[in-house]
Amino acid sequence: MLFFVIRRVLVSIPLLLLASIVAFILVVNTGDPIEDLRTKPNVPKATIALREHQLGLDKPVVERYVTWLGKAVHGDFGKTIKNKPVWAEVSRSMGVTLRLVLFASIVSILVGVLIGVISAVKQYSWFDHGATTGAFLLYSLPVLAVGSFLKYVLAIRFNRWIGRGDNPLIKTIGESTPNFCTKSKPYNCGFIPSVTDFLSHAFLPMLTLVLISFAGYARFSRAAMLETLNADYVRTARAKGLSERRVIVKHAFRNALTTIATIVSLDFGALIGGAILTETIFEWHGMGRVLVESINKIDPNLLLCWFFVTAVAVIVFNLVADFAYAFLDPRIRLD
Amino acid sequence: MSGSEPLLKVTDLSVEFPTDDGVVKAVRGVSFEVGRHEILGIVGESGCGKSVTAMAIMGLLPSTARVTGSIKFRGEELVGLKPREMRAYRGNKIAMVFQDPMTALNPVYKVGSQLAEAVRVHQTVSRKQARARAIELLEMVQIPQAATRVDSYPHEFSGGMRQRAMIAMAIANSPDVLIADEPTTALDVTVQAQILEMLMGLQDQLDHAIVLITHDLGVVAGMVDRMQVMYAGQVVESGTADDVFYSPRMPYSIGLLGSLPAHAGTLERLKPITGAPPSLINLPAGCPFSPRCPIADSVCESTEAQLVAVNEGHLSRCHHVKELNEMPEPLRLFEGVVK
Amino acid sequence: MQLPPDDDESSPPSGAAASLVPAEREFTVEQRSQWKTTVHRFTRHRPAMVSSVVFVLLMLFAFVGPSFWKYRFDQVLKKPAGANADWIRPSWEHPFGISKGYDVFAQVMRGTQYSIRIALVVTVVSVGLGVFVGAIAGYFRGFTDAVLMRFTDLMLVIPYLAAVAALQRNVKGSTWLWLALFLAFFGWMGIARVIRGEFLSLREKEFVEAARSVGASAPRIIFRHILPNTLGPIIVNATLAVGGAVLAEAALSFLGLGVKPPDTSLGKIIEVGKSKATTYPNEFWWPVLMLCLISLTINFIGDGLRDAFDPKQNRVRA
Ligand SMILES: Nc1ncnc2c1ncn2[C@@H]1O[C@H](COP(=O)(O)OP(=O)(O)OP(=O)(O)O)[C@@H](O)[C@H]1O
Ligand SMILES: [Mg+2]
Repeated sequence: MLFFVIRRVLVSIPLLLLASIVAFILVVNTGDPIEDLRTKPNVPKATIALREHQLGLDKPVVERYVTWLGKAVHGDFGKTIKNKPVWAEVSRSMGVTLRLVLFASIVSILVGVLIGVISAVKQYSWFDHGATTGAFLLYSLPVLAVGSFLKYVLAIRFNRWIGRGDNPLIKTIGESTPNFCTKSKPYNCGFIPSVTDFLSHAFLPMLTLVLISFAGYARFSRAAMLETLNADYVRTARAKGLSERRVIVKHAFRNALTTIATIVSLDFGALIGGAILTETIFEWHGMGRVLVESINKIDPNLLLCWFFVTAVAVIVFNLVADFAYAFLDPRIRLD
Repeated sequence: MSGSEPLLKVTDLSVEFPTDDGVVKAVRGVSFEVGRHEILGIVGESGCGKSVTAMAIMGLLPSTARVTGSIKFRGEELVGLKPREMRAYRGNKIAMVFQDPMTALNPVYKVGSQLAEAVRVHQTVSRKQARARAIELLEMVQIPQAATRVDSYPHEFSGGMRQRAMIAMAIANSPDVLIADEPTTALDVTVQAQILEMLMGLQDQLDHAIVLITHDLGVVAGMVDRMQVMYAGQVVESGTADDVFYSPRMPYSIGLLGSLPAHAGTLERLKPITGAPPSLINLPAGCPFSPRCPIADSVCESTEAQLVAVNEGHLSRCHHVKELNEMPEPLRLFEGVVK
Repeated sequence: MQLPPDDDESSPPSGAAASLVPAEREFTVEQRSQWKTTVHRFTRHRPAMVSSVVFVLLMLFAFVGPSFWKYRFDQVLKKPAGANADWIRPSWEHPFGISKGYDVFAQVMRGTQYSIRIALVVTVVSVGLGVFVGAIAGYFRGFTDAVLMRFTDLMLVIPYLAAVAALQRNVKGSTWLWLALFLAFFGWMGIARVIRGEFLSLREKEFVEAARSVGASAPRIIFRHILPNTLGPIIVNATLAVGGAVLAEAALSFLGLGVKPPDTSLGKIIEVGKSKATTYPNEFWWPVLMLCLISLTINFIGDGLRDAFDPKQNRVRA
């Protein structure tokens, strides 16, 4: 197993390298970071040349890539166009996004798999019909619609209804209250107030992400489970005289799990897209914001780092799923 | 075997499946008995309801299936038992071996632990004892190096070995009745013979009865004590192996025998039955075999035949039993059909 | 046989007979009747049928509607007497109201048109790319397959909304076509994988062996023999791709990284309208609703098509 893990990790390094090249090509083609400067009247040539030199734009693309890569492997992702360290900005916003995405994924995988398995076991029951239809609708609805509906319609009404229209219990904007914990408000700096503040902000975005992604897991788990429930080895298990519970959990679900493990990883890309949108709807300062701003302002190093970090995340996620799959299915050859 | 009470007595068993397109009448009024240490062969072409009959006995039909009639094991009624009550019989008193060994074992567990699981459902033994029993079982089904093979996964076994493992699982609790549903269909011809021989050997050793289901008469020849031929969900002929083999009295059985190389050797070439079995949703009014039968007449097309005794213990469902009795060479019946 | 043609459970297996027929002509005869049963199965899928009707109405609304509607999307309307707001509530004259002098109904009509137009271009191009890559990888296997599939993996590592957004930033002038092409270029991988799988199994079938043994060239085998058999998955995936593309485009435009004026789309209108989502909901919620409608109908149609093409999966939705 250890050997298998090491080999897989080594194989994904060239993939990451290629991904960084693709990212570099994308970033180079995003636009000219000093377009403003160039089109502004009366800017001396020397100023433009200096800025070009600062950003490394005067060098050939290949050289720029090699320079970037050489620094990146040492953890130096350069400066933003506003001359701030890129890594500080990216790691801060990654923290914001990870909290959201990880929590939402865990909840939606658990809920989705549970619902999918129950609907498969009780196929054609009212629960199955309800869950299948509900999952189908949620699966088809745009993130945009679900998020906006929660924010503008449900949350606002709910806050008003509980009489907290001015100081809403469920926050609709931002990932935390600005200036929440300061010297003048020391009572806000404890563990409980900060967790409460986080939860009141995170509730809606998490709900949005959970709603749109659990449906996919539920649909997939149901299909996987139906397949294993009809498998010959499940019939064998019943023929042994095992209890239905054991047949379902130990035989059908255990086999469905190998299939479910694969989809969990494949969906990670979709989850990133969903997270970007959700963050924008609820005005969080996470990776979504970094992406939008780095593209709008044409900030090459920031955008490059964004691509790099997400590529790493996708690859790591795929690796984990690979390992899970190999761990769950003895038919996978480990050597 | 005559005289002793039957181990398994199936009376007027019918199974229907309601589907979107209509009710599938998979099994219609099937009756038979299996005595102690007896081997009953059930023969018929694909889709005639053999597996459904077997699954009905095991109580493994989907919940949509409508089962009527009676299935008695040692006098105890099995039809209508609650799932929990049925579990006490399954894999314990009555065990089953399935057709396709490639898919019948759970791919994610070791063969040994699947065997041990079968042991532990019905016997209170420790893990260690169950494992020892699993090795013993693998030895009984002649798996070489059973002590190490017990830790293999099913995908590390060949098809024949998997079927052996399935048989080991079925005999784990020394059942009284072993139902083998086409146990060799998916295997190589050479392996087929070994498996059948082993089944016979185990039966001598363990003294259970066997219901051997197959669509291949060659498989049951020389193995079974009694046999019954099924067609479109019904028993169309039943009797001792000799009755059915040497003096078949139903054109369908004759057709099956005609397509058997051993029998056909005496004739010039194989005479298969033409056409396909009828839809089980819209069954024709008369004898369901009449569209394919060389001696069918208007009576056959309009009224269904009853099972009638040809001899003591030899039953046939055919309007023309008498003519067949008088025919000099009934096995040549199909020769005029295929040109 | 007395069975209805779509009964797949109790009919005697016809596969054996079918696979023994190598002649091309008889093969197509069988295909034709298969098409008929597929269509029949689709018509029995009620949500899919309703959705088809709704989708056709949506298309009419988007493409024919503007020529019949009394206001053009770029027509600046005079403020009615007494109204002093930039936004005017809906009336019979203006069912979705007026926003900054423009009739929102006309705007939404045009936005829907652009969204669907973009999605159709994305679908045609991405399905074309995906089928091409998948077919070649699956047919030739070996080294070709390995290279193409590693490339596919690579493309999946880059989050595609971000990639498209980065390229779209640099587009000047008419943006919608470029956006569609970018979306297609980063969105063919799923279909390629499906088609590759189909090709891998179909290339081993008897009728392909037969074609190969009479010396048919690779392109001929790919296009004449194998590809027609993958039409089912292609149609299903293409349908779902339309829905995916509408949503992807809307997402990008909503982020402000998609189409730019003078082009528009549902996502663009939503982006413009979002600041007034609570005070003047018409410019926000109508396009959102339209988006939901498109996505839902297309998913239902795709579901119906999948059931129709693959009856074994009947009622298993995934
Ligand atoms: N769950 C079900 N729903 C509907 N019809 C069914 C179901 N199970 C079996 N049938 C039908 O019942 C009939 C008898 O099936 P069965 O499996 O008993 O055939 P068989 O004699 O075992 O054939 P084979 O030799 O192919 O195994 C078939 O026509 C089959 O389609
Ligand atoms: Mg069977």
